[in-house]
Amino acid sequence: MRLRPNLVIGGTLLGFVLAVAAAALVWTPHDPVRTNLRRRLRPPSAEYWLGTDEFGRDVLSRLMTGAVTSVTVAAATVVVALLLGLAIGLAGGYLRGWVDRVLGALNDTLLAFPGILLALGLLAVMGPSRWGIVLALGLAYAPTVARVVRGTVLSIREREFVEASRALGNSEAYTLLRHVVPHTVAPVTVLATSLFGWVILSESALNFLGLGVPPPAATWGNMLASARPFMLEAPMLSIAPGAMIAACLLGANLLGDALRDILDPRDGA
Amino acid sequence: MSAAVLRVEALSVAAGAQRVVNGLSFALAPGEALALVGESGSGKSASARAVIRLLPPGLRQVAGRILLGEEDLAAASARRLRQLRGPGIGMVFQEPMTSLNPAHTVGAQIEEGLALHTRLTRAQRRDACVAMLERVGIAGAATRLAAFPHEFSGGMRQRIMLASVMLLRPRLLIADEPTTALDTLTQAEVLDLMKALAREQGSALLLITHDLGLVARYADRALVMQAGRTVEEGPAAQLLARPSADYTRALVAALPRRGPARPPRPPAPPLIEARDLLVTFPGRGAWLRRAPPVEAVRGVSLAIQPGEVVALVGGSGSGKTTFGRALLRLAPIAGGTLRFRGAEVTRLSGSALLPFRLACQVVFQDPYGSLDPRMRVRDIVAEPLRLPAGLPPRQRIARAEAMLEEVGLGGIGDRFPHALSGGQRQRVAIARALVRDPALVVADEAVSALDATVRKQVLALLADLQRRRGFACLFITHDLGVVEEIADRVLVMHQGRMVEEGERDAVLDRPRHDYTRALLAAAPRPPRLAPLVGN
Amino acid sequence: MAGYVLRRLLVALPTLLLAAASVFFLMRLVPGDPALLILGDAATPEAVADLRAALGLDRPLPVQFLLWLERVAAGDFGRSITNGEAVGPLLLDRFAVTAPVVLAAVGAAALLAVPFGMLAAWKQDSLADVATVTVATLLLSMPSFWLGLILLLVFGLWLGWVPVVGWVPFAEDPWRALHAILLPVVTLALVEAGVLIRMARASTVEVLRLDYVAHARAKGVPEGRVLARHVFPNAFAPTLTLIGLVLGNLLGGIAVMETVFTLPGLGRLLVDAIFARDYPVIQGVMLFIAAIYVLVNLAVDLLYPVFDPRVTAD
Repeated sequence: MRLRPNLVIGGTLLGFVLAVAAAALVWTPHDPVRTNLRRRLRPPSAEYWLGTDEFGRDVLSRLMTGAVTSVTVAAATVVVALLLGLAIGLAGGYLRGWVDRVLGALNDTLLAFPGILLALGLLAVMGPSRWGIVLALGLAYAPTVARVVRGTVLSIREREFVEASRALGNSEAYTLLRHVVPHTVAPVTVLATSLFGWVILSESALNFLGLGVPPPAATWGNMLASARPFMLEAPMLSIAPGAMIAACLLGANLLGDALRDILDPRDGA
Repeated sequence: MSAAVLRVEALSVAAGAQRVVNGLSFALAPGEALALVGESGSGKSASARAVIRLLPPGLRQVAGRILLGEEDLAAASARRLRQLRGPGIGMVFQEPMTSLNPAHTVGAQIEEGLALHTRLTRAQRRDACVAMLERVGIAGAATRLAAFPHEFSGGMRQRIMLASVMLLRPRLLIADEPTTALDTLTQAEVLDLMKALAREQGSALLLITHDLGLVARYADRALVMQAGRTVEEGPAAQLLARPSADYTRALVAALPRRGPARPPRPPAPPLIEARDLLVTFPGRGAWLRRAPPVEAVRGVSLAIQPGEVVALVGGSGSGKTTFGRALLRLAPIAGGTLRFRGAEVTRLSGSALLPFRLACQVVFQDPYGSLDPRMRVRDIVAEPLRLPAGLPPRQRIARAEAMLEEVGLGGIGDRFPHALSGGQRQRVAIARALVRDPALVVADEAVSALDATVRKQVLALLADLQRRRGFACLFITHDLGVVEEIADRVLVMHQGRMVEEGERDAVLDRPRHDYTRALLAAAPRPPRLAPLVGN
Repeated sequence: MAGYVLRRLLVALPTLLLAAASVFFLMRLVPGDPALLILGDAATPEAVADLRAALGLDRPLPVQFLLWLERVAAGDFGRSITNGEAVGPLLLDRFAVTAPVVLAAVGAAALLAVPFGMLAAWKQDSLADVATVTVATLLLSMPSFWLGLILLLVFGLWLGWVPVVGWVPFAEDPWRALHAILLPVVTLALVEAGVLIRMARASTVEVLRLDYVAHARAKGVPEGRVLARHVFPNAFAPTLTLIGLVLGNLLGGIAVMETVFTLPGLGRLLVDAIFARDYPVIQGVMLFIAAIYVLVNLAVDLLYPVFDPRVTAD
């Protein structure tokens, strides 16, 4: 297989973010939450590589712990969305009939709320917290997963090899597991990759609005929000966290594109 | 031949470094019909596209000249080519479902060429369109101009396509597999119409086809291509009667030919028996305004004896495929009874149905769709042996390998389906159907998607396996040729009903129903070949 | 055609109802008594009981839902807990800020994306194609609120071309209002153009492969006309569907943009209401946006047959 630029660049970007998060678990250059008002809003220097914020906290350290938050929240959210979406999508796509109609109607209703709006509503009820975000975004994105899974199942189950399996006398459950489910792996993998990027973006947006992980914990979103009044004096405060979010999003998009090309059955297994 | 309409000289077309057309030369006189015949990969379509300068991306002409009259098309400017396309060269495409633009009315699409190439007024153009649509047999042409392509059947769309092309009176008409997607009857109607229109307007015809059977009726001369090269060229009748190249001989030999009738079998209780089988599908539309159910099979009865080969023939929409599926309990049965070895199986399900499932197998048409692309060939063939439970995995694999050997695919068990050719895939499907030694095999258009020479081999394999293993077989097909080769008995379905049934020779030689007669008349079978059979 | 319109309407209506139901029941999941929330902790039990009766909170939940639905259908979204304002007019007031931003952004994005996407597909695998796809991927990977901040930093603070804060309603000073929404529109248009360019390109690539394009060329139709008349309607149809979705997503995510650019729109109203636990307002905004989203997608569905008449067939 030739090296695809999408795969290399996307993998590198996401790998970088994961590495930063992993490193932050064991070490950060400074304490990310310790304030020191005498050294506030410092420009980047040898000691503070990315400068300090309005409370004198080290931006690099906060960026690194922010990576931990974003990556864990995004990963957990993707898992929640996948589990829910797979269950709904498989049930609807394979059982059809009234099960599909009911699930489909619910799914369409959830899709009638733009994802982040649904998350906002859920957070309004649950109150801001880390796991609130995971649950809210997981619920918000599950319908998208369900739709992709259901679409794949519906197209696969019309294929003749599924009918052939039934003609062999295989049970419905065996046919589903052996001949249908494996075909959802590729599209779900592609979707999960993109989802990772979208969730990081949404999670940052919620934190930016102040509806996510409560302070003083550092998140890229709340770093951006608090940087806004100091944009002119300390532009690095705004640039650095945004760049991290963009890196995640670009990495996930590129990797998703690459996986779609690689896993496309038209290119062979 | 100095006044040739089209002269192709040493044309070569390449895809990257590989030549898909290699040194092709031919000439076409005014009003003449030439068939370019070849199987998939022969380069016949690429040649046609090169002539009209519409090679798909990735293909380019690397050598040769293409002279339309005295003008070299390869050297013509884009502007000049646009003037020539339409009145100079017209082209009919293969796929009626995608060759008309779904976003525009058929009237707008037919008129477009006239507006570009003539100075007719709007009213004159409209009259010309109506007249042409009537000529190609669209009833109520004046009102149908405002209809969209999706409101027409495949055959109708090809007629509209023809109308749009022939309205410009092209000097050369290129038809690229124009009827491959249509059933036998529609194919004959469309081709007859095309031939007649070309004659009326004096257009030369370049017919691209994989079907040597069409050549005798629709072409004056034929040129056989294989792997981008010319194999043989000559008058159509002579080429069919006395092929000189080995490959042409193989193609001619692959034309359907009636085998000797087998001795009548002693009466025996039927293996499977359907009585007044009824299959309906729910009407389309939302649940609030649903159309009435569609009756796909309207009370068909049939009995097959052990070891008998029965062919079920019909056009698209005849219900033959649905009937085959209902017989296997793969389509829901709405009425009638189905008995297997004397016991009723109409409503059985789950484990009660298992003995029936174990005894009946199916081979589908599409060699791409019927094998799970994520499984290895060996596992595909071994899968049926899971049931009945008890056979250890190692023995399953061993039996699968032996079965693959038997269908001529020894040693490829490790491969995935996408690494196989169409013929090989169909052999895998046959192996999967036979590995459990079924009593009945339903083959649904099992060879329709294959090239002629491959089809011949797969049919021979199937016939051979049938003789040795003695399973009964229901062969569903739209192709009378297949019927001739292997059937003991023939059934004809039309619009959901059985219209004719009888011994093969009786049905083919003395058809009683009009539909059967029309089907036989339309079959692309060179009649001159019939006497060869006796030799 | 009439049947098609009717079917789309019949699909949209239950979706709206279910959306209303989910908003209603979601808000009922909030811990605590709404009457107590409205009156505050100091209220007497009698006052709470009176308000509960007035609000119908003592009735069974399904009845409450139907009563609420009846009021909403009449345009009565209740009153804000924080300042007692009627929620209905408040929504319209704030929507007047949000709507121009979102509409202008989507319009600009589509106008930018469709030609670029189609041309990239037409020149597939050329340098121009690769460049277009790369730029589109970069754009759609931009967090909109970050891009907004950067643009604000560059054009607002460094260059001083646009005001950094200070929204005035269109009615008061249209010129300044236009200035105020310029950067948010540009930001959203750039990000969404990335998504739409890729979609337009992908569907054009599909269409260019089809026989009817070859058929048009085989009739001598000039290339410009082939693209405009034969490729565009078919390639645009799927893009149109995506435009509907994009519009909805913009509406959903508008809170962030309005925070960056300090615009008093629907999104900001929602976020402030969440902070203030002002549930009637939250409920109103969510239902309003969901309804608009459903209506936009209904409009897209009704427009779709213009580009692809096949969908009207049964």
